Amino acid sequence: MSELIVKNGFVYDPLNSIDGERMDICIRDGKIVKSVKDKAKVVEASGMIVMPGGVDIHSHIAGGEVDTGRLLRPEDHVNDVEVKTAVTRSGVGFSIPSTFTTGYRYSKMGYTTVMNPSMAPLQARHTHEELSDTPMIDKGTYPLLGDWWISLEHMRDGLLEENAAHIAWMLKATRGYAIKIVNPGGLEAWGFGRNVHGLDEQVPNFGITPREIVRGLCKVNTMLNLPHTIHLHTNNLGQPGNYVTALETMKCVEDLAKDDKPALHITHIQFCAFKGEDWGRFKSGAEDIANYVNNHNHVTLDVGQVVFSNTTTMTADGPFQFGLYHLTGNKWVNHDVETETSGGIVPFQYKRSSPVHATQWSIGLEIMLLIKDPWKIFMTTDHPNAGPFFYYPKILAWYISKKARADMLERINKRAQKKSLLPSIDRELSLYELAIVTRAGQAKALGLKDKGHLGVGADADVAIYNINPERIDVSKKFVTARKAFDRAAYTIKGGEVVVKDGEIVKQVFGKTYWVDVECARNQCRTTRAKADANMKKKFKDYWTVEYENYPIREGFLHSSAPVAVKAEI
Amino acid sequence: MVVTLIPKSSFKFPIEGKNISPDVFAKKSAKEIAALEMWEGNRKVTIGDLFDVKVDGSSAEETTIKIDGNVRTVRNIGFRMSMGEVIVDGDVGMHLGEEMKGGNIIVAGNAGSWAGSQMKDGTIEIKGNAGDYIGAAYRGSTKGMKGGKVIIHGNAGHEVGCFMNGGLIKILGDVGIFAGIHMVKGTIFVQGTSQGRAGAQMTNGKIVLAGHSEDVMPTFTIEDIKAKVKIDDEKIEGPFYRFTGDLADNGKGKLYVSKPKNPYLSSYEKYL
Repeated sequence: MSELIVKNGFVYDPLNSIDGERMDICIRDGKIVKSVKDKAKVVEASGMIVMPGGVDIHSHIAGGEVDTGRLLRPEDHVNDVEVKTAVTRSGVGFSIPSTFTTGYRYSKMGYTTVMNPSMAPLQARHTHEELSDTPMIDKGTYPLLGDWWISLEHMRDGLLEENAAHIAWMLKATRGYAIKIVNPGGLEAWGFGRNVHGLDEQVPNFGITPREIVRGLCKVNTMLNLPHTIHLHTNNLGQPGNYVTALETMKCVEDLAKDDKPALHITHIQFCAFKGEDWGRFKSGAEDIANYVNNHNHVTLDVGQVVFSNTTTMTADGPFQFGLYHLTGNKWVNHDVETETSGGIVPFQYKRSSPVHATQWSIGLEIMLLIKDPWKIFMTTDHPNAGPFFYYPKILAWYISKKARADMLERINKRAQKKSLLPSIDRELSLYELAIVTRAGQAKALGLKDKGHLGVGADADVAIYNINPERIDVSKKFVTARKAFDRAAYTIKGGEVVVKDGEIVKQVFGKTYWVDVECARNQCRTTRAKADANMKKKFKDYWTVEYENYPIREGFLHSSAPVAVKAEI
Repeated sequence: MVVTLIPKSSFKFPIEGKNISPDVFAKKSAKEIAALEMWEGNRKVTIGDLFDVKVDGSSAEETTIKIDGNVRTVRNIGFRMSMGEVIVDGDVGMHLGEEMKGGNIIVAGNAGSWAGSQMKDGTIEIKGNAGDYIGAAYRGSTKGMKGGKVIIHGNAGHEVGCFMNGGLIKILGDVGIFAGIHMVKGTIFVQGTSQGRAGAQMTNGKIVLAGHSEDVMPTFTIEDIKAKVKIDDEKIEGPFYRFTGDLADNGKGKLYVSKPKNPYLSSYEKYL
């Protein structure tokens, strides 16, 4: 029985409404408990802030795209080499770090749970192999299901329950955690060299619209009672004027929300908040998005904050990536995954001098600051699309300090400077709010009951940062705060100290979460059985892989953590 | 000051020699230099473990590093150096003078591949032969040598000046295939024979082949015949066929190929 007590820290635990109270956190056998014995190991946290371990709702850390990105960019890794130590393995960093380095760098920042948001179902095996090799963090992965033929066929034929049964099968087969939708309908169209440009444009060969896909899968999500909502990357992503599409997408599921609970998560909203007719007249649509979200409770968002750096963009949005290749002339990869989805990769440099990139930087911050309720918006960079995740501390500094934002604003393109709303925004996030947008809110949106808080029974994932809120005003001393967030004083993962003073002291392997949907009624079991028989036939017709070889055995995961859910059907 | 490094043995394993650079050695004593880190294979060692270190002269002067002996397995010598001189009395390994910004490197023997890769300024002179990818971009990168000079008295390998973006590479011997591939700017001069496909996918810049060339890529079009061509204040006597390419990439690169050494190209003359 291992016991640990974190003493005298200023605790920020928004899910339990604890705002900077000085208190002790007791840990026994990897869980938070009420009290421990006197001989428990002590972690002295006086003069430091204590938060739940960080949770990242959207970060591309594993899978086919990520790995192809690594192969595509040797020049990206060459100047960021991590040498092995007595505890850690060697690896490389920069925009797409190797699996081990990914785990270490997250842990050094106090993060303990990271969700990989985009997995082609066919590449699930590879994705789980990489996730199993990513140490220090708990993780999960979302299969891409918005353009899957079988689901599209069911939606076309109006077979909602069958669709739900098939989606449940797929979530189990790929050991996935949530339904990910990317450019609904567009990826299927891309298989034939086309795209869809709005919610009501028909998807070729299926005769349904993106609106029907989003609504259909939203209903399925509710029927299956999944812990997270549908996780959506909108149509028209990265196109000027697309804030209208984002607003329409949010509106289209308004009536599907139940009990004031969210029904939709729109990811990297920064990329879908572009106003203006073309790139020349490009401006921010942050205000419109924020106004809508402030008045509605059925959506959560994550930012996808741009950081000025050299990075690698990778999404399942094949047509968008093809456009990006034409825009940049960089090397590129584009990919079609059989009946399921597509993918693309293009290296990209965000420059302060570019009016578009600088405005994108501003949009991300505007959205975060204009949305009043921090439980609705979370901090991400859509790693690595808008910047590598290890720039998070830099972003936190912009959130907590107007001065930090003003310093950067001065250095960006003049045209973008003039257009930016930032000078008119005085809001500075408090440490409490910071804890919401970086862990509590994300854990809540994901439905991870044991994560993102420090209440009794929670997983003992704790991050301790060397900031004394009584002594320093973080909005003025943002550099100190940034450095503290960059190198956690301690990271405790599952009740063990794994990081001390920003260095890894112990390597641990986290769990992989996946949802195990249990159907409530017999009727559903029959549907499931029918689904199985149907699938066998479809596999012969559609896939290059046999039905028997497709599902991932539970034992294939390094450490499996099924989340049992009871479907309402 | 002059720092002399004498290899204690003939090295067997690859050695990471990023620290052998005048910028790093400047103002250090022999003891401090001997304590600098290196990697031999997967083992961390010091310069003192591998070399006898001697320092002469005052530390106020510009630093010259003399390596007496073969350091064929030592890579990255002169990495990012910006001043001073490195003189090697023997052969050197890969990545010599990578990303260098100034100063001189002189090698009496042969050099490995990637010499002068991504260099910005300064001079590298190799008296023997050199490997592939001289003045090239790092794997995956599109930013090759930007400035400075590489002079090779012997032969060079393949893909010399890959993604070259400025500066001069002069090869007095022969060159392999794909000299000046992806070239954007700068000049490559080859005195000896070329194995062909020079300038593939070049968009700009100048390649001068003063010897025999196995071929001229079909995506190059003939412009005219020039009596002479100027390279870095020096006039090279021709005559030369002047081609433009690579048209497959809308390139405006100039490819000069010696007329007397390549009589088979006379068929192009009917297009003039």
